[in-house]
Amino acid sequence: MAEMWINMGPQHPMTHGLWNLRVKVDGEVIVDAMPEIGYLHRGMEKIFENKNYTQIGPITDRLCYGSSITWNHLYCMTVENLIGVEVPERAKYIRVMAIEIQRIASHMMWLAAYAADIGLLAGFVLAMRDREIMVDLLQMLSGSRLTYNYSRIGGVAADLPPEFERDCLRAIDFFEKRIEEHETLYRDSKIFLMRSEGLGILSREDAINLGVTGPTLRASNVKYDVRKHNSYEVYDEMDFEVQCHSDCDVYGRYVVRMNEMRESCNIVRQALKKMPKGPVRVKTPMYAPEGDAIGRVEDPRGEGIMYVIGDGTDKPYRLKVRSPLFVTLSAAKKMLVGYKVADVVSIMGSIDVCMGETDK
Amino acid sequence: MQGKSDLRGEETEVTVTRRVVAGIESRIGRELSAKMGGDISDLKIGRGMVRLRTERPSLLKLCRLLRDAMEFDHLSLLSAVDWDDRFEVVYHIFSYTNCCTMEVKVSVPKDDPRIDSVTPLWEGANWHEREAYDMMGIVFTNHPDPRRILLPQEYEYFPLRKDFKMDLE
Repeated sequence: MAEMWINMGPQHPMTHGLWNLRVKVDGEVIVDAMPEIGYLHRGMEKIFENKNYTQIGPITDRLCYGSSITWNHLYCMTVENLIGVEVPERAKYIRVMAIEIQRIASHMMWLAAYAADIGLLAGFVLAMRDREIMVDLLQMLSGSRLTYNYSRIGGVAADLPPEFERDCLRAIDFFEKRIEEHETLYRDSKIFLMRSEGLGILSREDAINLGVTGPTLRASNVKYDVRKHNSYEVYDEMDFEVQCHSDCDVYGRYVVRMNEMRESCNIVRQALKKMPKGPVRVKTPMYAPEGDAIGRVEDPRGEGIMYVIGDGTDKPYRLKVRSPLFVTLSAAKKMLVGYKVADVVSIMGSIDVCMGETDK
Repeated sequence: MQGKSDLRGEETEVTVTRRVVAGIESRIGRELSAKMGGDISDLKIGRGMVRLRTERPSLLKLCRLLRDAMEFDHLSLLSAVDWDDRFEVVYHIFSYTNCCTMEVKVSVPKDDPRIDSVTPLWEGANWHEREAYDMMGIVFTNHPDPRRILLPQEYEYFPLRKDFKMDLE
């Protein structure tokens, strides 16, 4: 049969944001794939060079609307590395706790979107409902519901509100039981298993060579997590397991994310328990010295890196963002070739696409 | 179609331990100076990080050595920087085996902004290099797909260069 190119996107229910996946099909089988991105490009890196360090903070929130605290925190941590500031101990614990709450919210949003992708609309509604619990916690912390701007260079914006600890523990206990319920919904669904098992296989060697990171890498049987092996803030004092899976397929990615949410619940509890009293923010200079610094975190979608170069003024000379999805998307061809065109939605949904950070 | 059973037998894991050997950074630094000699300069050893500088002709030799003999298997980040007198490409290469990051800086002259592509070694560099071309106009020779990535193909400028001014009014 004649081969032809099909455009899936930029306006397509699969794409979750604006991007275009061109697939070349021979009958129903995919023989080539070419993702095209850039529809959401806002010139972030150029904007960074024209704003001072304080003004950049809120902009970094907009890198990813699904996990804004992580990016905001990564930016603050990188600049702290450049200036050489030590953040107060209490602020480190608050940051760890906030990032983990954000990770749960982000994974829940993935679960909702993915359930809708594969036609399990009950899963979408239920996952969005339970994500609300985490968003409410973050609203208590920061006052907003999507772009929080909670980290500051030198600490966090504000201390925990009164009663936060009680509400947070209550919410986490409630949520942990809910994860079980969600799992029942998926594990017992024949549709879900048919559309996830054995699809989008990315072998360990390919995953490493293609630079894939995060849950997708761990589902390809690589036991690596920045929080554990290249620890930042106070993650080295937290007791948690790195989740990985040996199936290398879409189902493995689902399992890794579900288990990661459980670990996140544990980390939030430990952080609240070990949190010392004290200040949450130190004063930092407006001007950064000459030199460069790098910050590396485990974003819900993979390894997020910022590389900053200071030139002695109050503006960065260069601030480079490494977005995990930017690299993971480039592996699309490897994951798609050989499968049927009907599987594209399931496979591309499994990597948790976020165009805000990809297009910058 | 690929079957799931193809990979089932492969149960081994890449086990990663933080800091397998104490002082792994200085060991890597010594090994590099022995093998690369005068091709590398400014060797600095930090916590979990080795920083060095090399020249364009020896970049591929260094990268092959890093990937094949020293287990640096993950190209994390590739950044291009526009300095007053030169461009600079900065590679951050990570090793899943010993959790060490290698920072390699290479200068690229402004009148001949060309450098060898490392995509044949690490496929993860593919889109990073396309982005560096898109934003900074650095040409990566032997790149499999040297097109713009974020901006339209017919766009004429390289917006992250310092002489491209933003209209802030």
